[in-house]
Amino acid sequence: MDSEKEQYQQLTRQLMPKRPIARNLMLAFLVGGLICVVGQVVQWFFMQQGMSSKAASSPTSVVMIGIGALLTGLGWYDRVVKWGGMGGSLPITGFANAMVAPAMEFKTEGLIMGIGARLFTIAGPVLVYGMAAAFVVSAIRYLLTGVA
Amino acid sequence: MAVKQLGAATYQVSDVYVQGTGAVVGPKEGAGPLGQHFDRVWPDEGLTYSSYEKAEQAILWEAYDEALKKAQVSWEDIDVVLGGDLLDQIITTNFSGRQHSRPLAGLFSACATFTESLAMGAMLLAGGGPRIVMTSAASHHLTAERQFRFPVELGYQRTPTAAWTATAAGAVVLGINPTPIQIEALTFGRVVDIGGTDPNDMGSAMAPAAYDTIAQFLKDTGHTVQDFDAIYTGDLGHFGITMLRHYAEQHGLAFGDELNDCGRSLYDAATQDTHNGGSGPGCSASVFAGPLARHLMSGEMRRLLLVATGALFSPTTYQQGETIPCIAHAVALASRGEG
Repeated sequence: MDSEKEQYQQLTRQLMPKRPIARNLMLAFLVGGLICVVGQVVQWFFMQQGMSSKAASSPTSVVMIGIGALLTGLGWYDRVVKWGGMGGSLPITGFANAMVAPAMEFKTEGLIMGIGARLFTIAGPVLVYGMAAAFVVSAIRYLLTGVA
Repeated sequence: MAVKQLGAATYQVSDVYVQGTGAVVGPKEGAGPLGQHFDRVWPDEGLTYSSYEKAEQAILWEAYDEALKKAQVSWEDIDVVLGGDLLDQIITTNFSGRQHSRPLAGLFSACATFTESLAMGAMLLAGGGPRIVMTSAASHHLTAERQFRFPVELGYQRTPTAAWTATAAGAVVLGINPTPIQIEALTFGRVVDIGGTDPNDMGSAMAPAAYDTIAQFLKDTGHTVQDFDAIYTGDLGHFGITMLRHYAEQHGLAFGDELNDCGRSLYDAATQDTHNGGSGPGCSASVFAGPLARHLMSGEMRRLLLVATGALFSPTTYQQGETIPCIAHAVALASRGEG
């Protein structure tokens, strides 16, 4: 019986329609790149107002999060990711999407058990493992270079 | 009225007829190739309701309404309601019971719930119990998304084998008064687990369950696949049908052109971006209660084997790494109409 299962899973893998990986990579590059270009333009705008590039990065993030949240609210950002894949998910606009989408979805369950409890459904794991990874990498850097 | 057991899992029923059917679908299903065969097509996914769970109840209610109208009976005539849906605690079906106040037996076989309802209804009628039974199944794309997948506005890429849960409901009034559509036999399926673990590929997981039930039905009744104008599986979709053909062939059963699938037929794969095709209990329910019942009614289709297929997993089980158990129930129908 187990060999039948194995055979079947093998047949499944063999016949399964292939993901268009080359096309997906290309679109991810274009969409992700385009979002970064928009971010760069926003940062230049703040630098024009007399901010240093480092000081301009915070308001830039705020604007990009605002754009991501707005496009999610309008129901457009899911289409951006549909085409762009990780190119749409990875930038900070994708993070905004991951926060706003559950907030919209679970508002019917109320402020506490709906929005409050579910807000980090998607972004939660990213934050947990992102911070854990940052801690590990920083610790390694500290051990190697002595720079905290 | 009589029930006769044939073989291990098949029952032949006499004097059970489809009295009326109701099929109501959402806008995407209405825009698909079968759109004109449904009784009502919603202009949107139910935006006027305060939640999509309520919209799902409303679409089921409208399907009930159409089925009652065509059967020319009212709720008071219905002896028992049999049905189910995909949501936890089958809330769509159970909450609708508040409105009709008829005896209700809620059923669950995931996307195979519709043929489970039809089969149970036919058994009860043929056994001489109730005289008029309402059977149904419903699903809503947006309620299924939030229960099984992600929030609707979250951007992500679906895989080529991912199914699109249909916003659809189908209801069928069964009774003992002769009509052009007769239920002849039914087979209750067994749980088959072929080891699939990918919730984005339910088609290949369910194909062996569909084969198991079809093979059992053929063995018990002595029929061959050629005896049917059409064999419709529930929601194997494009890839599931491919897998079913291969798997059946390995076991010595060759399907011809009669093999089709409700989920595959519901959408236009080229333009509607539905990947593997439609799924959900409402998929096979609406495709039967709409187009297939009409073809049987007109006599255009003489014999139909409807085999709805269900993947019996929950988000908890696949997150825990469990494989996906599947089931399929078959109902054989014949047209007594003018051919």
